[in-house]
Amino acid sequence: MNQLRRTFLKLSGAALALGAGLLKTTGEALAAPWNKAAFESKAVADAMKNLGAANLIDSKDIIITAPDIAENGAVVPIAVTSKIPNTQSISIIAEKNPFPLTSTHDVAHGGEGYVSVRLKMGQTSNVRAVVKADGKYYTAVKEVKITIGGCG
Amino acid sequence: MAEPMKIRATLQGDVADVRILIQHPMETGQRKDAKGDIVPMHFIQSVVVTHNGNIVLDVQWSQAISRNPFLGLRVKGAKAGDKISVTWTDNKGDKRTDEVAVAAPS
Repeated sequence: MNQLRRTFLKLSGAALALGAGLLKTTGEALAAPWNKAAFESKAVADAMKNLGAANLIDSKDIIITAPDIAENGAVVPIAVTSKIPNTQSISIIAEKNPFPLTSTHDVAHGGEGYVSVRLKMGQTSNVRAVVKADGKYYTAVKEVKITIGGCG
Repeated sequence: MAEPMKIRATLQGDVADVRILIQHPMETGQRKDAKGDIVPMHFIQSVVVTHNGNIVLDVQWSQAISRNPFLGLRVKGAKAGDKISVTWTDNKGDKRTDEVAVAAPS
């Protein structure tokens, strides 16, 4: 009897461990392409670091199209146009959001250096675009004033 | 299953202007429901846009993108009738793919 109980416990323990292992690996496999570290950074500097963006160069060739004053922080239309040749990726950072990095867009195969999205913003903040081109990082900033926050 | 996307691709010269509207709640994980319980995160993490099978835009999003997200992009060297296909995947593993043909300018 006792022996049976032991084997049962052993087996169920093994099954649990196996299940946990499986869950973990599938979770990772899904999350791998998604830059978890950068998206979960709470400070702009950490997000930049996890994005791999260093030695940022201010650029006038990045145009951020956004309202000066957005009444509803839940829907803030932002468009970023990069005129820098060989633009590889465009990231958008809302500096005062709880998690500043909002999105990265990798451009390839004839995609133009242009993206347009709608962000949620908690409060008035700078919106920063980081553009990667030829391995270098360029940046531009625009302030958007928020009347009603859109987080929470 | 997820609602179909609205995708519009219109030719302007040799550039296709693509506009995508996705139906998705995009929960941030910070909002509380009427009972005061936190609504779990549920948001689109990845959107892949292809033009005739080549990836033109590979998007990673956080929960800071608005509900029912909009995505606009431009594709160089497109012709009328070219296929634009969009696939999104959210943090729960749900996904959906829709395809349209590039329309000639009207």
